[in-house]
Amino acid sequence: MKTAVIVFPGSNCDRDMAVALEAVTGRAPAMVWHGDSELPDGTGLIALPGGFSYGDYLRCGAISARSPIVKAVIEAAERGVPVLGVCNGFQVLTETGLLPGALMRNAGLNFVCRDVALTVENSQTAFTNGYQKGETITFPVAHHDGSYFADDATLDALEGEGRVAFRYAEPVNGAARGIAGIVNKAGNVLGMMPHPERRIESAHGGDDGRRLFEGLVAAIA
Amino acid sequence: MKARIFVTLKPGVLDPQGRAIHHALGGLGFDGVNDVRAGKLIELDVADGTSDADLDAMCRKLLANTVIENYRIEKAAA
Repeated sequence: MKTAVIVFPGSNCDRDMAVALEAVTGRAPAMVWHGDSELPDGTGLIALPGGFSYGDYLRCGAISARSPIVKAVIEAAERGVPVLGVCNGFQVLTETGLLPGALMRNAGLNFVCRDVALTVENSQTAFTNGYQKGETITFPVAHHDGSYFADDATLDALEGEGRVAFRYAEPVNGAARGIAGIVNKAGNVLGMMPHPERRIESAHGGDDGRRLFEGLVAAIA
Repeated sequence: MKARIFVTLKPGVLDPQGRAIHHALGGLGFDGVNDVRAGKLIELDVADGTSDADLDAMCRKLLANTVIENYRIEKAAA
């Protein structure tokens, strides 16, 4: 399967993402620069990596969401191509409107960089079918602006439609209802603050993240 | 023409920076502060004929995230 990692100025998890994708697909992803306006033909999965694109200027992900390549990412997402946004990638996805809500400054104001426990809330999505519903897994987080916010009606809709993929199993950043990751209505776009690509082998301290990529690739194939 | 865009968090959106500022003011002995909300000011220098509609579109499309923020546009001659 052909995958693509979008690289913005200031991305810093793009190579981790590339390693994870190559590990499960056996094929190195295309690294696509933000200034490009087209994805490689046949791209079957797009990853928006973590980092501090455009220095987080204006708002996290705000400038990236208006970059030329993201126009192509939005069109691909609307055609049903799976899109995985991690950390800054999640912020970009909310700024595009592909996912609802926004990521705000952590409630405690501190940058949070540690392993956190997550609960898998929905194991029926393409991104989470490698897990059991209710399972507790551990991923690292590393963010300053990860407090998920949406109005109550949106939060109720997300919960009611099973679109909360992951929830923090411990206090992390003040996110509304402990939301760590959500999917769009069609189920082909996932945004999450924790980093599955930093948990794909035992040398990382665990491989809980590998199952996300394996399940996703299996679901797409 | 100069346009000043005031971007503020919507009421009800948690503002931890405002809260920290509030706390620091209290630490300096300013006890009469009821609440603090932090926002941002963006100054644009635009062509004289720039329409209100264009300024509004700039705010909606980029300068403010209307999920969490309100904006106000103030125009002033250069």
